[in-house]
Amino acid sequence: MIGSGTRMFLRRIGAMLLKEVLQLRRDRVSLATMITIPLMQLLLFGYAINTQPRHLPTAVLLQEQSDVGRSILSAMKNTRYFEIVREVRDEAEFDRLLQSGTVLFGVEIPANFERDLRRGDRPALLVAADATDPVGSGAALAALNTLTTTALRWDRSIPEFTAPPFDVRSHARYNPAAVSQLNIVPGLLGTILTLTMLIFTALAVTRETERGTMETLLAMPISPVEIMLGKIAPYVVIGFLQGSLIVGAGTLLFAVPILGNLALLATLTTLFIATNLSVGYTFSTLAQNQLQAMQMAMMYFLPNLLLSGFLFPFAGMPTWAQWVGETLPLTHYLRIVRSIMLKGSTLAELRYDTLSLVVLMLIAMTIAVTRFRRTLD
Amino acid sequence: MTAPLPPLVPGPGVTAPGSQPHDIAIEVEGLTKSFGNTVVVRNLTMKVRRGLIYGFLGPNGSGKTTTIRMLCGLLTPDSGRGTCLGYDIRTESEKIKRHVGYMTQRFSLYQDLSVRENLEFVARIYGLPDPRGAARAAIARLGLEGRAEQLAGALSGGWKQRLALGACTLPDPQLLLLDEPTAGVDPKARREFWNEIHALAAQGLTVLVSTHYMDEAERCHEIAYIAYGNLLAHGTVKEVVAASHLTTWTVSGDNLVALADTLAKRDGITMVAPFGTSLHVSGPDKAKVDGAIADFRADPALTWEPAEPSLEDVFIDLMGQAQGNGARS
Repeated sequence: MIGSGTRMFLRRIGAMLLKEVLQLRRDRVSLATMITIPLMQLLLFGYAINTQPRHLPTAVLLQEQSDVGRSILSAMKNTRYFEIVREVRDEAEFDRLLQSGTVLFGVEIPANFERDLRRGDRPALLVAADATDPVGSGAALAALNTLTTTALRWDRSIPEFTAPPFDVRSHARYNPAAVSQLNIVPGLLGTILTLTMLIFTALAVTRETERGTMETLLAMPISPVEIMLGKIAPYVVIGFLQGSLIVGAGTLLFAVPILGNLALLATLTTLFIATNLSVGYTFSTLAQNQLQAMQMAMMYFLPNLLLSGFLFPFAGMPTWAQWVGETLPLTHYLRIVRSIMLKGSTLAELRYDTLSLVVLMLIAMTIAVTRFRRTLD
Repeated sequence: MTAPLPPLVPGPGVTAPGSQPHDIAIEVEGLTKSFGNTVVVRNLTMKVRRGLIYGFLGPNGSGKTTTIRMLCGLLTPDSGRGTCLGYDIRTESEKIKRHVGYMTQRFSLYQDLSVRENLEFVARIYGLPDPRGAARAAIARLGLEGRAEQLAGALSGGWKQRLALGACTLPDPQLLLLDEPTAGVDPKARREFWNEIHALAAQGLTVLVSTHYMDEAERCHEIAYIAYGNLLAHGTVKEVVAASHLTTWTVSGDNLVALADTLAKRDGITMVAPFGTSLHVSGPDKAKVDGAIADFRADPALTWEPAEPSLEDVFIDLMGQAQGNGARS
C-alpha cells in the first residue's frame, strides 16, 4: 500500500516535471534570459567595469614652458590615471571644458613654477577635478599626491630634497566635500525613472494582445501612432510626478543642490521619460506576451545600470563599453541631471546629450510604429 | 426544431458610400488566404445584398473567421479582390473600419472597464460628437441601465454578448460582422439577440453572422456554407435544401442503433443520424436510397415516413462531400 502510494507520488511529480520541461523548451525568451543575463553580468563586471578608472580626460594649462613642467606631465601620464586630451590657453576655456564634462581634470602649471622650484620655494601645481562622481576622481587625486615626491626624483637641476619639492593644490569642484549622495541622488532619479517607465509601457501592447482586446482595437479606425501616443502620454505625467518626488526628497533629505535652471531640468527630465516610455513600448511591440516583454525590459535594464555611469565611473570603462553606454538614454540623462544639479550647466553645454536623447527616442518610436502589427497576419 | 421564422423581408436599402451598385454590401472574388502551408480560405467568391442577414456556416476551422477578418481589413488576402460597402478591402480598410461593426468570437472589450466606460471609449475612437450621450443611449437600448457601472468582466455571458453587440452598433455602422456571437449563450439570450439583429436589419443594416446553430441559420435571409476553405452552397435556406437533392426518410421503432449501423454500410446511404426517437436516413440518389431501405420497409416494427431533409442533414452531407474531395485531391 505504502509502496504504491510512494510510487504514485513520484510519478505525479514526474508528470509535472515533464510538462514544465516541455513548456520551457517552447519558451525561447525565458531560455535566452537564463543564458544571457549571467553571461552579460560576467562580461560587464569582468571587462567593462573598473572602480579605479584610468585614462581620465585631462586638460592642461601651461603658464610657462619648462622642463620640470613637462616632466610632471609625463609622470602624470605614467600613472595611467590621466590622459591629456587638451592644452588650453586660459582659465575660461578650462572652466568651459570642466563644466561641459569634456574633461574631468584640469592641471595648471603656474608661471614661474620652475624658478620657484629651484629656489626651493615649494610652488603649487593647481589641479581642478570634477568631483560630481567622487569615486571616479578620488583614486586619481590620491595618485597625484604621490607624484610630488616621485616625479622629479631624477631631475638633477633641482637641489636634493627631503620634503616634496612642490605641492599639489587640488580643488574638487562641484562636490568639494565628496559627498556621495550628491552623486547618487541625481543618478537614482535617472535609474528609477528608467525602470518604472520601461515596465509601464513594456506591457502596454502585449496586455491588449493577451487579453484579446487588440482585435477590437485593430478593427476600429485608430492608427498605430495614435495608439502609441495615447498609451505613452499618461505615463509621462506619472513619470514627471515620480521625478519631482525624487528631486524633492533629495533636496530636503540629502541637501542635494539644484544649481542650474529648474525649468531646464524639468524639460529634459520629461524628454528622458518620453524616451524610456518609447523604448518600453518598442519592447511591447516586439514581445509575444507580457512575460517576454518583462524579460526584455530586465535584459535592457542591466546594461543601463552597469554601463551608464550610475554605479561605476563612465570614464573608466574601455572604449567599446563607452560606445555601448552612448546608446543608452540613461547615460545621457545622468550627465544632464548631474550637470544641471551640481554644476549649474546650461542647455548649450548639454546640447550633445539632449540631442542624443531626442534621437534615441525617435529611433525607438520608429521601430515601435513599424513593428506594430496593423493586421493579425 | 424550427423556431418561428421572422419575416424574410430585407430591410429598406441604404445609400452606399462607395461607387458600388447600391444594393450590394459585400462582393468578393477569388479570395485566398493561407497560413504557412495550410490554405484556410480557397478561392472564395460571394456577394451579400444590403439589408440582408447573411448566415455564414461551416465546421470549425473552415475559414469563417479568416474570411470575416479579411473583410474588415484585419487580414490581408493572399490573392483575390473584393469590396466591402464599396471600399476596396485591400487598400481602403481604414474607410471600411469606420462603417463596419465587428464583433469578435472571443469577448474583446476591456474587462477592467465598466460598461459605460467601454461604450464611451468606442464612441470616442469613432469620433462621435457626444460620446457620453451615445453611451447613455446605447445603455438604455441594451437594457443595461442597472449595470452601467459594473465592470465588463463581471457580466454574465449573455450580458457580455449584448454589450459587445451594443459596442459594435454604437458608431452607427452600415455592416455588422458577427463572428459566432451566440457561442455559449443560453437559449433565451440567444432568442433576444436574434430579435435585436432582425430589428437592426429592418433599419437597413447588413449583417454577416457566422454560427454553428441550425436554428440560427434558419433565421437568416440567406446562408453560405463554407468547409475547408471552399464555399459549398449558398442561397436562401429553401434553395440550399432544394439544391442538395437529398432524399430523406425518417424511421422510428425498435432497435434503431443496430439499424443505423446496418444502413450506414449500405450503398447509396450517405448519412444516418439519430434525432430523438427516430433516425434520419439520407442519400443523394433517390433510387439508391429507396433500394437500400427496401428490405426494412416491410418490417412491421419500423415506421417509415418520407421527410424533407433538414438543414443539418444538408450540411452534414456537404461536409462529408467536402472531406471526400479533400481526400481525393
